[in-house]
Amino acid sequence: MSTTTADAGAHGDAAHHEHTQSFISKYVFSFDHKVIGLQFLFSTLIWFLVGGLLALGIRWQLAWPWTDMPVIGKLAFASEGGQISPEFYTVLFTMHATVMIFFVIIPILAGAFGNYLIPLMIGADDMAFPTLNMLSYWFMWPAFVCMGISFFVPGGAAAGGWTSYPPLSVIVEAAPGSHGGQTFWLLGVTFVGISSMLGSVNYMTTIIQMRAPGMTMFRLPLTIWAMFITAILQAFALPVLTAAGFMQLMDRMLGTGFFLPEGLIANNSLAATGGGHPLLWQHLFWFYSHPAVYIMILPAMGMVSDMISCFARKPVFGYKPMVYSISGIAGLGFIVWGHHMFVSGMNPGLGMTFMVSTMMIALPSAIKVFNWLGTLWGGKIQFTTAMLFSLSFVSMFIIGGLSGIFMAATPVDIFIHDTYYIVAHFHYVLFAGTAMAVFGGIYFWFPKMFGRMMNEFWGKIHFFFTFIFLNGTFFPMHILGATGFPRRYADPYHYASFHQLQPLNEFITICAIGMVATQVVFAVNFFYSIFFGRRAGRNPWNANGLEWTAPSPPGHGNFDIQPIVYRGPYEYGSPEVDIDYYPQTQPPPASSDAKASE
Amino acid sequence: MNKFWSLLFLLVPILGVACFMLAPYLNSWLPLDVSEHGHTIDHLFMFILWLTGAVFIATECVLFWFMWRYDARSNAEPVKFTHGSHSLEVVWTILPAATLLFIAIYQMEAWAGAKLGSRAPNIPPTVEVTGRQFEWRFRYPGNDGVLHTPDDIHQVNDLHLPVNEDVLLVIKSEDVLHSFFLPNLRVKQDLVPGMRQAVWFKSLETGKFDIVCAELCGWGHYKMKGQVTFEPRADYEAWLAERYAEQQATHEETEDDED
Repeated sequence: MSTTTADAGAHGDAAHHEHTQSFISKYVFSFDHKVIGLQFLFSTLIWFLVGGLLALGIRWQLAWPWTDMPVIGKLAFASEGGQISPEFYTVLFTMHATVMIFFVIIPILAGAFGNYLIPLMIGADDMAFPTLNMLSYWFMWPAFVCMGISFFVPGGAAAGGWTSYPPLSVIVEAAPGSHGGQTFWLLGVTFVGISSMLGSVNYMTTIIQMRAPGMTMFRLPLTIWAMFITAILQAFALPVLTAAGFMQLMDRMLGTGFFLPEGLIANNSLAATGGGHPLLWQHLFWFYSHPAVYIMILPAMGMVSDMISCFARKPVFGYKPMVYSISGIAGLGFIVWGHHMFVSGMNPGLGMTFMVSTMMIALPSAIKVFNWLGTLWGGKIQFTTAMLFSLSFVSMFIIGGLSGIFMAATPVDIFIHDTYYIVAHFHYVLFAGTAMAVFGGIYFWFPKMFGRMMNEFWGKIHFFFTFIFLNGTFFPMHILGATGFPRRYADPYHYASFHQLQPLNEFITICAIGMVATQVVFAVNFFYSIFFGRRAGRNPWNANGLEWTAPSPPGHGNFDIQPIVYRGPYEYGSPEVDIDYYPQTQPPPASSDAKASE
Repeated sequence: MNKFWSLLFLLVPILGVACFMLAPYLNSWLPLDVSEHGHTIDHLFMFILWLTGAVFIATECVLFWFMWRYDARSNAEPVKFTHGSHSLEVVWTILPAATLLFIAIYQMEAWAGAKLGSRAPNIPPTVEVTGRQFEWRFRYPGNDGVLHTPDDIHQVNDLHLPVNEDVLLVIKSEDVLHSFFLPNLRVKQDLVPGMRQAVWFKSLETGKFDIVCAELCGWGHYKMKGQVTFEPRADYEAWLAERYAEQQATHEETEDDED
């Protein structure tokens, strides 16, 4: 890269000084991993809003079933007199989960943070395959379009749950959403799969091949380790989902019967085909979707490890055990899918083996929690917004991890399966866990992305209310689950035994509305700070990682000089230097050469 | 403001525990259990709750204490520069591993008793349950004790079973997946089209309880509600006889109309 760019980058406005590329090739069909990362970030944040609003629809119905929604009801459900119909309720929870999983969590972790951070943190000038990288973003768009238009086809969007269990999702007579909506759903998920696959091939190659001199595997930041393992998980699990998706498409459109047994009668009409089995889909689906749960949490764990070490001003406690536990989670992640199917009709003897493997996967997660606590021990904790979100990740992940043990225990699962207990569990992992880490990551790396700081005061307001409201929303769901309150019910109060739970559901809904409203603070802070935030230098947090030696924002090609790595990324408070951090690129003092080279 | 954030995190274990302790008093807890095997499941639930509760309180309190104690603004000591401790890692790997393995093994007997086909009572099926969008159909074998004969008795959404006796249900689905969930008997099993599965249990109390569908089966999933009534053998048989007579009467009427 020319020195002109580097100088411009140092002043924080590289973007305005580079005129060599047209607008289209620079910002739209860009090959630059940073632009692609930000494209993923903005797209996923918009879908985050959509998914959140779909969730409010669900919450409205559970708190005040069959009542008119103020304002929105008249616009969206005019034909139902302002109410949510039971058909639309099934669309709401199906699409809430679909949007949040496929359009928000997976692409924001791998697509946005993975793209932006991998080359910067390993000291590369870009990804190994920039064209694949660009395509991985643009393959998200057919998916966006498929899911978007599915709301407007006859029958509406998919309504068979995000798990799309056949026969409900295959037989058009069984559900309105199983008309065109389900076809678009399957196509959309396939496009997301292509995008993820292109990304994961790229991430693996980049991390293996393009590390800066001196950046050994065990000097990689844990964020990168997590992204690396996640990419492997995706590469090996995704083909199964894609294949299963095509099998379901063929069942729907070509009359095959992979998932349909003989003699089905739905809505008084006999299904034409047979010879298949509905459980086949469940096995194939969860063979991908259980590893996908770790795809949705491992990068968050990596990012949190980096932030906690930086703001505790202390090395990560047990770096190698952290790496091994990430790998352990990934390995075990492939042999636990059956715990979604304990009461599905799967051989109960098989359920026992899945119980043992599922119990054991709690172990690496526990080791990680202990190591985070160990990192805090004896540090000098700085309560920045990014740190608060990271700490809340640890606090909330403890809840989400422990509540998983209930479902892993097969006899207990008999009772709590498909109740709100599981809803509480996975929201503690995915919202209170991953989404909090994502917020933390945005506050932490925003200065690198945009060259400006986000406002800390408003950041803490955002954190405080999100933290309060998320617990108000998701913690009481454990209690709902313990009563046997079933999930995916448009009107649970149809059962007298659930009547007493309505006040609790109203409380949850009020907290959920508060939680979504709080995100306005974040949105304003985010967009205001892009243009008017305080300028950040290269290294506003006094952090060690390579990304902090690049200009903020980094110009095309990232680094103005080739970084050379002398040590791991977590040497905070090292006695070798006078300041409390020790960047990876800083050459060791001559006298301690021997020590540093070990 | 200094200690504000640590105190906020201390609220997590305090309010979390309070929430679980209050729930039974607010009628929001495990529902009444009338089955013979249910107390094992409830016991295992409570066992895991106590165990995870203790870990939850301990880890959250450690988190709070470290936040309070090692706040950069009040902690004057130098940072403890360490990269970890091998012996600690060994301890906190082996202890949870042993605990988790114990939990898994401890659960197996209850699971086997509830689900393994070899543990099913050796009796003919009491009733055949068919899930259908959005209703429960029940088929009793009638006087000859054999299913799928002309004297079978048909019922919709209203299941009667004898109390204090093992019952064996054959469950199947006609269209999509459903799940046969009896919250008060701690029974749940998905109904899979193409599969005939057995479910067995014994109620120790008489009464009427909900049958809940627990697997998404379409827009009317929420209203796929049935009712099970447990009654003494004599009442049960009288009820069956009454249903049979009723069914014969309607049947003859229909035949008369057709003539």
